[in-house]
Amino acid sequence: MTKNCLLCGVGGQGTVLASKLIAFAAMEKGEQVRTSETIGMSQRGGCVVSHVRTGDNIQSPMLPKGSADVIIAFEPAEAVRNISYLKNDGVVIVNKKAVKPVTASLSGSDYDGREMLDYLKSVVKNLTVIDGDEICEKCGSPKVLNIALLAAAAKSGELGITVEELKSAIKKRIPQKFHDMNLKAVEIVTG
Amino acid sequence: MSVKFLMGNEAIALGAVHAGVNVVSGYPGTPSTEILETVAKNNDGSIYVEWSVNEKAALEVGAGAAYSGARSLVTMKQVGLNVASDPLMSLAYVGVKGGMVIVSADDPGPISSQTEQDTRHFARFSKLPVFDPSSPEEAYQMIQDAFEYSEKYSTPVLFRPTTRVCHGCASVEVADSYEKHIPEGFVKDTMRWVIFPRTSYLNHCKIEKRNPEMGDELSSYRFNFISGDKSASKGVVSHGISWAYTMEALGGNQCCKLMKISTPHPFPEKLALEFLQGLDEVVCIEELDPVIERELTYLCGKHNLNVKIHGKLDGYVQPAGENTVESVKNVLSGFLGIEAAENGAPKAPELPVRPPVLCAGCPHRASFYAVKQAAKGRKAVFCGDIGCYTLGNAQPLDMVDTCLCMGADVTIAQGIRRVEPDTLCFSFIGDSTFFASGITGVVNAVYNQTDITLIVLDNSTTAMTGHQPHPGTGVTMMGEVCQKVSIEKILKAIGLTSVETVDALDLKAGINAVKSAMDKKGVKAVIMKSPCIAVTKPAEQFKIDSEKCVNCKKCIRELGCPAIVLEDGKVKIEKSLCYGCGVCAQVCPCGAISR
Repeated sequence: MTKNCLLCGVGGQGTVLASKLIAFAAMEKGEQVRTSETIGMSQRGGCVVSHVRTGDNIQSPMLPKGSADVIIAFEPAEAVRNISYLKNDGVVIVNKKAVKPVTASLSGSDYDGREMLDYLKSVVKNLTVIDGDEICEKCGSPKVLNIALLAAAAKSGELGITVEELKSAIKKRIPQKFHDMNLKAVEIVTG
Repeated sequence: MSVKFLMGNEAIALGAVHAGVNVVSGYPGTPSTEILETVAKNNDGSIYVEWSVNEKAALEVGAGAAYSGARSLVTMKQVGLNVASDPLMSLAYVGVKGGMVIVSADDPGPISSQTEQDTRHFARFSKLPVFDPSSPEEAYQMIQDAFEYSEKYSTPVLFRPTTRVCHGCASVEVADSYEKHIPEGFVKDTMRWVIFPRTSYLNHCKIEKRNPEMGDELSSYRFNFISGDKSASKGVVSHGISWAYTMEALGGNQCCKLMKISTPHPFPEKLALEFLQGLDEVVCIEELDPVIERELTYLCGKHNLNVKIHGKLDGYVQPAGENTVESVKNVLSGFLGIEAAENGAPKAPELPVRPPVLCAGCPHRASFYAVKQAAKGRKAVFCGDIGCYTLGNAQPLDMVDTCLCMGADVTIAQGIRRVEPDTLCFSFIGDSTFFASGITGVVNAVYNQTDITLIVLDNSTTAMTGHQPHPGTGVTMMGEVCQKVSIEKILKAIGLTSVETVDALDLKAGINAVKSAMDKKGVKAVIMKSPCIAVTKPAEQFKIDSEKCVNCKKCIRELGCPAIVLEDGKVKIEKSLCYGCGVCAQVCPCGAISR
């Protein structure tokens, strides 16, 4: 069965590593994998999207609109921007904290993501809001945000990857010195 | 065989390695960059790999290697092929001995490029074969085929993936071992390796004879094929990533005849004629230009076939931008009467605009700011160039008035100065771009005595494409430490009026250097040097003393640093983003920002 996952955020938040971990975990199970990444100019603080498709007989590396089993959003507005990819009853995992674009600061706009979260609550039945800042603080590193969000997606049961499979992927694919903090993030989210 | 998770570019690289490639050269450019990097990472020492100074140099290095019987791979993005077009056009006539594949990655959208040009046209123009893969798996196999065809026909071969193939990843089956290719060495043969009008005429005749023959051979090439319902009266043709979108859009519902074209030049006419047989209508799903559509329209005329060909030329398919599964579904729903996708989500709140910006701590921000302050109140034009620093155009810096192509900052400024002698003309160029195509422009200005001020933004790397080394960095892709080529020494040797190097993060020094240079006659340069933040460790962060801050927002209004944000109307430095460059502290009129 094909599982479609879309990861979205702002350049520099760590979406690419997260998509690689899902792909790796699926390949460990002998599944076919296709992904597509944003690389280039947009990585400089622009919107980035990773498409991850696992299962069999997948043609396009980009998932069609209305087909995502899970959207993992590193930022509230980016979840809203990509919501048309979500299938009916799909899962959305979203980080609570807004990343303010320079344009917002310049125009004096007070964008803080709250309006985006309210919108998501109104249209997504299966929504999990993650307080990434709090988890990062507890784990002692801002770099565990992607793992925290992945763990929540695995916990939802819709990612096609279990929490145990995620832990195994972390141990195999991430340098050992970062294992503890990342596994701690998984525990906080799924424990 | 084993299965590996590979990006399209990695698959191309491994395919080339497994084809026994001996020499790999290229110039970085999104979406092609990772190809050469992957060869370097998988090099057992037997392959020579270099980042060349530009695409023309890369292509000529590859050609020399192929003259010597080596298999060579040259990598670049589509606009790089413009730079390499001089040797390319002639090389098409001269030919090669060892297999030579030139990868030119196209960028529909465009996502990270100046143009939406189509390398398939370049193939027709240069009369060279071109391969167009649809996926990383295909790319891995096809690049090996490309080397075979190149050697068989003694011609360079173009290979053109697009962004979604280059940056898509897939589980790819790859060989565990491969045969090495041993080059014969250069054999002198004036008639062969020296291009002359007479030999060019003869070679032109040969090429015109060869290409139709090759087109016939490619009609049975494994990645050109007919599928779907072969008795249908409607046909769909596609290529590259659009083929994957077409398959996705059709799903199991293959109620039409299908044809995939992976070698648009020389066009596989025999296969296409077989496809057109019995059809009433065809739609061509292409990205970039209607190359296949024109070939089919031509074939219908030539063979008097009554088949209606739809595509970009009759407005059936969007003329520009990239295709998606949805856009293809929309075209096919009209053509085949299948259901189109609908989206019924309630209207979303207004989304924040998020254009790419210079990173927090980027030394270019300080450089632009210093020049802006120095030229304040003066009539000035700021000519920019290709790289991260193109982003200096954004508000509030607004310091890029022109941007055309690599190196053009230096020469566009000269043209403007000739028409507006009362205007201060500034050229902004990065270190890698300076080496790639800036030097000739500077010589031009000195020779023709044009008054411009050159600002070299030297961050000691090729930043935009992911931090590749270049002649000024002192390392090569073979891992050797080499002598750094000094931009300052080059400029002095060319004979500039003045050359000064300053720390880009020292605003006062930058402003003073620009002020003292800009009104002098002739060509003056200020080199603003500070390493890219992505390759250095962050310094201690800065914070705002709320006692001293009067919330004037000068730091936000004048710098536009992503790390300075408004929180509940108050200025704040975002801890997760600050790199400690300290430029905001130099701008703050109240001394409220410190470590």
